[in-house]
Amino acid sequence: MADQDMLETDEPLLVAQSLSKSYGRIAACRDVSFSLYPGEVLAIVGESGSGKSTLLQLLSGQLAASAGHVSYRMRDGITRDLATLGEAERRFLFRTDWGFVHQDPAQGLRMAVSAGANVGERLMAVGWNHYGRIRDTASDWLTRVEIDIARIDDAPRTYSGGMRQRLQIARNLVTEPRLVFMDEPTGGLDVSVQARLLDLVRSLVSELGLAVVIVTHDLAVARLLSHRVMVMKGGRVIETGLTDQVLDDPREPYTQLLVSSILPP
Amino acid sequence: MSTPMTAMIDVANANKTFTMHLQGGIELPVVSGVTFRVEASECVVLSGPSGAGKSSILKMIFGNYRCDSGRIGIRHRGAVIDLATAEPRQVLNVRRATIGYVSQFLRAVPRVATIDVVAEPLIVNGMARADAQTRAGKLLHRLNIPERLWQLPPATFSGGEQQRVNIARGFISELPILLLDEPTASLDAANRAVVVELVAEKKRQGVAMVAIVHDDEIRHLIADRVVDVTSFAAAA
Repeated sequence: MADQDMLETDEPLLVAQSLSKSYGRIAACRDVSFSLYPGEVLAIVGESGSGKSTLLQLLSGQLAASAGHVSYRMRDGITRDLATLGEAERRFLFRTDWGFVHQDPAQGLRMAVSAGANVGERLMAVGWNHYGRIRDTASDWLTRVEIDIARIDDAPRTYSGGMRQRLQIARNLVTEPRLVFMDEPTGGLDVSVQARLLDLVRSLVSELGLAVVIVTHDLAVARLLSHRVMVMKGGRVIETGLTDQVLDDPREPYTQLLVSSILPP
Repeated sequence: MSTPMTAMIDVANANKTFTMHLQGGIELPVVSGVTFRVEASECVVLSGPSGAGKSSILKMIFGNYRCDSGRIGIRHRGAVIDLATAEPRQVLNVRRATIGYVSQFLRAVPRVATIDVVAEPLIVNGMARADAQTRAGKLLHRLNIPERLWQLPPATFSGGEQQRVNIARGFISELPILLLDEPTASLDAANRAVVVELVAEKKRQGVAMVAIVHDDEIRHLIADRVVDVTSFAAAA
């Protein structure tokens, strides 16, 4: 039931056209096309091995496609094919206009430096150099993700799993990205911790008007956060539509199987 | 012959069948040839026995169930949009600006306070939080939810309390179309009377409503017209 303000602009932010990726004779991702609009949350669901993580890496330019294109509308309004960006441009995009929330926070954080530095580092990477302002902004973000300011100088390796994940989110959002990729962000967390994180992500996404591509195998996560879902199986998108439509009125045999496998609350 | 659409809802020849792939591909016809219109300031009640497809029709109008064929014309921001063929983004826009749905059960978001659950539809449409909360409080008060509960998430409330929170959330909006799925199912007489009043107020404001109500007395009080769903029974 994510229902934040969705602008009726007709210009997509991210467009995937016939994306495919094969490893030798194995096709991990076949002919995927879609458009993502500003403020839209798209969930990619499917079992492990369905190709959803590969797709996320293709979309975020971390993996080169065997065929097809990904284009992105940059902050200057010009849409560029990601494959034509230079390495520096791509890195800059990753540090400013994009976020990437990994399932394992250790992949997205520097575990040995302080929480404040983890958040501040992204600001320094985009040219902030005033220590006081960086620290204030970092404190502000720790508060927004419900981390006690008293822990700002502690390294995330002293944090619980849920706190680490919230810190990773703060680190990603501090540069006010327009698009965030999330790979099973609640994957390794206890159920109670998951609920808190989902609620936090849901309100941040709607306050900031973020576009999100979230990979999850958990249909409850998709229902809570996303506007639209794509169901993947064997590297293909087999069903797509409005989240509640696909989950309440699934058409494909595989989607019906996924939906019927949820335990009732 | 086609005339320009004046109705708020214009359902024409809509069909719905479920194909149960996990049960050997059984075809489960739900409704066929669903055709009716709802004008502004009118409450149409769908009647028919359990299983006749009343809730399915409401869900089709909300874009929650997909139609196999036919048309779900909705008057949205001065134009007509066919929800049977609309893009997901358009359906979401229609839900934000035009159609509200009051289901029997509250799908509560963990940790959100009752007052905010109710105020949210106004905030989403741009009202200041404080004003939205004031309006939410008035409605909760009318529906006899004591003020000491307003700051608590509704997840732990009784069934009847949750339903009243849900009704408040549905009726607080200023949307021109409301779909009501048994809004009085688990309410006592006093609260049923409040819902009847709320429906009457919405009619005066020009809202078009489609409702499912099993209680005959409530149906008499709110229905301007009854559409018998058994005539849309799908030929099995």
